[in-house]
Amino acid sequence: MASLPKPDELLAVNHKPPRTGWMDIPVKFRRGTYLYGAKPKNLEAVGLPNPREWSPEEEDWKLPENWQEIILEGLRERLGRFRTLQIFMDACVRCGACADKCHFFIGTGDPKNMPVLRAELLRAVYRKDFTTAGRLLGKLFGARELTVDVLKEWYYYFFQCTECRRCSVFCPFGIDTAEITMIARELLNLVGCNIDWIAAPVANCYRTGNHVGIEPHAFKDMVEFCVDEIENITGIRVEPTFNRKGAEILFIAPSGDVFADPGTYTLMGYLMLFHEIGLDYTFSTYASEGGNFGLFTSHEMMKRLNAKMYAEAKRLGVKWILGGECGHMWRVINQYMDTMNGPADFLEEPVSPITGTKFANARSTKMVHIVEFTADLIRNNKIKLDPTRNDHLRVTFHDSCNPARSMGLFEEPRYIIKNVCRNFYEMPENTIRGQTFCCGSGAGLNSDEYMEMRMRGGFPRANAVKYVQEKYGVNMLACICAVDRAVFPALMNYWVPGVDVAGVHELVGNALVMTGETSRETTLRGEPLPVKGKEENGGE
Amino acid sequence: MGMAFSFFSVIGLMLVAYLGAGLAGWHYLFGVIIPYVAFAIFLAGLAYRVVKWARAPVPFRIPTTAGQQKSLPWIKASPLENPSTTAGAVGRVALEVLFFRSLLRNTRMELHRGPRLAYHWEKWLWLGGLLFHWSLLVILLRHLRFFTDPVPAFVSWLEGLDGFFRFGLQALYLTDILIVGAVTYLFLRRVVIPQVRYISLPADYFPLFLILGIAATGILMRYFFRVDITAVKELAMGLATFRPFVPEGIGVLFYIHLFFVCVLVSYFPYSKLVHMAGIFLSPTRNLPNDSRARRHINPWNYPVKVHSYEEYEEEFRDKMKMAGLPVEKE
Repeated sequence: MASLPKPDELLAVNHKPPRTGWMDIPVKFRRGTYLYGAKPKNLEAVGLPNPREWSPEEEDWKLPENWQEIILEGLRERLGRFRTLQIFMDACVRCGACADKCHFFIGTGDPKNMPVLRAELLRAVYRKDFTTAGRLLGKLFGARELTVDVLKEWYYYFFQCTECRRCSVFCPFGIDTAEITMIARELLNLVGCNIDWIAAPVANCYRTGNHVGIEPHAFKDMVEFCVDEIENITGIRVEPTFNRKGAEILFIAPSGDVFADPGTYTLMGYLMLFHEIGLDYTFSTYASEGGNFGLFTSHEMMKRLNAKMYAEAKRLGVKWILGGECGHMWRVINQYMDTMNGPADFLEEPVSPITGTKFANARSTKMVHIVEFTADLIRNNKIKLDPTRNDHLRVTFHDSCNPARSMGLFEEPRYIIKNVCRNFYEMPENTIRGQTFCCGSGAGLNSDEYMEMRMRGGFPRANAVKYVQEKYGVNMLACICAVDRAVFPALMNYWVPGVDVAGVHELVGNALVMTGETSRETTLRGEPLPVKGKEENGGE
Repeated sequence: MGMAFSFFSVIGLMLVAYLGAGLAGWHYLFGVIIPYVAFAIFLAGLAYRVVKWARAPVPFRIPTTAGQQKSLPWIKASPLENPSTTAGAVGRVALEVLFFRSLLRNTRMELHRGPRLAYHWEKWLWLGGLLFHWSLLVILLRHLRFFTDPVPAFVSWLEGLDGFFRFGLQALYLTDILIVGAVTYLFLRRVVIPQVRYISLPADYFPLFLILGIAATGILMRYFFRVDITAVKELAMGLATFRPFVPEGIGVLFYIHLFFVCVLVSYFPYSKLVHMAGIFLSPTRNLPNDSRARRHINPWNYPVKVHSYEEYEEEFRDKMKMAGLPVEKE
């Protein structure tokens, strides 16, 4: 891993573009700012083309002989399949409103990180090969030939976009860089140019059912480790089941919550909540991943990985599916799953067995977000909460890109947080909700070798956290995304030391008063609970 | 380079009209044939473009959601920023088309030492864009005066409103001033803001210069070098009723104006100007966010290779049994 500059040095960036035109600046692969190429075994595992040992730093990328033909044919095919692509290629007026909305542009000053130029990387090739004016006028019309250098630029910059869709909110035509990046990555995959940090989780997920490659027995073990922890803290032994036929609900969470801190505390929160309300649910080791790195590979790969959710729900005979706190997972479920792998006519319209609430907004996909589910429980007074147990926390909430801009899940998590914590503070308005800033590591870029770029891209988010830290003493960043939970600790440590990261259901778990629990002495993290009544009694 | 190229292209076009309609006196060519051809190119080109877009399927429902989703009944949804119904989506597109809703969100980022980010008020692009487009629309509608007889009441009404101010004895159209101001602003920001200048292509400058040329010749004709309005109207009526006829004595300024318009409309369908149609068809704006409630159909959805549960169990059966996990085949 390349050494990481200090925070005050990293952002000595100039947002003024250079004198040289962007087409004449070749891409440089500098350690810390690009991601390693996909290993052959990971491409072979799912039958992706051109598996080979290669490195982006090397001159020769070992492309197939007819690689240009493959990509241009791929582009032609996709122009016929996606109206979005056609409109996004034709309609941009280059007004520049998107430029400073991208966290990677803010953090690097690299003009090719302006969403408009990121798109022009593809548009220039489109003009050259698919428009008459581009064919005739070439560079004068903003067209350029697809060369190896252009392909390398694609690799660098389309894996330097987190598909967060923030620019799309500001674009007067709704041009969506995420869509352009997704399609560009599909094209790159046609000639074997994926990054390994995406290819490996995809290969794992295909075979073992989850990104981190946890095999079924280990998955059960890891969940049961959390069960033990819960017993230590509450004296209650929760009893999750696995692959159980006939359960009412199939619960699918991102595997990150099973795998590592602080996601595991979120998992404990889920387990405690389900136990307390007596939910008839099961985990699946086969569909043990909510996330879907296929989304970062191709539409086809997204579908291939997502198929397990409905297949497993059908095999187990559940009524509906409940989904955990995960960001891009919910983009897939909200905008793709039913279309790709539905109709889920073997499931029933989701109804909360505790409150009787019908989730009419999910009546076709039959999949409910846990934050919707829990908000409904709280609203109907079905669980007892003691928010003072979170009094040591001063919480702010990060809207994860996908539930924010591909779903609009804003109020539900806030409603829960306000019921389980007493100190909640919002970050500035233009950094939350629809205008939320990305963690800087989404869309498969959360690898260690990319740390410098992640710290740059995550800076705008961290800067807003710092604002509430200084103003309100915020010490906890709550979120509803497993990638967030995996990457924010490093980002906070770098930019805003003193701020921890938690899933919303960890906070729920802390506050949840369980029937028959022993007097709690610690939080789910094993830290001592705040002493009660200290402030009210004056405590001299 | 792009700027100079576009500028001299427009100067070149002016010379063409000046030489052709002025010196050579090819009035029928510049007054009838070219306008008809340009209009035909515009219609055919735009139809081709829109049909091409419309024929491409919308495989997935991917609106960009900028407001609260419709979920639980007690949570207030945001029907225009995150529509859950077709009516809401229509409203959202209408807001985009009429008021440039998304552009209104614009801010300007500034990085200070520390490092610390700040966001500043920046609605000038929104204002400039809105004034330009609305002025253009009003001016277009005002021009209906030349193509109709009798002139519809709303055109006269619009003229009265637009010409509220006086310039000497005649009405001074507000939109004339606004469009020149707005286009000049749009041009200046393209040159002055380094990032915008960096991304600008000749295709971005060309329409600005052309529109400026159209506005300038129009204004010159109206306020400074009057042309024979009756003759212009005869020509326009002839074109509109397909009985083309070129009256004598229309000044060359008019032919330059008309030629610029012809170039603009025939350029329109092959350039970024198609954003006018694109905004209506943009799937991130014109679809309701309802794909969990109603299944969206992808016409090219094809079967894919998946890793079935049976294959999975086959690989892990022993480990599953050891761990006490249920299996299908013992």
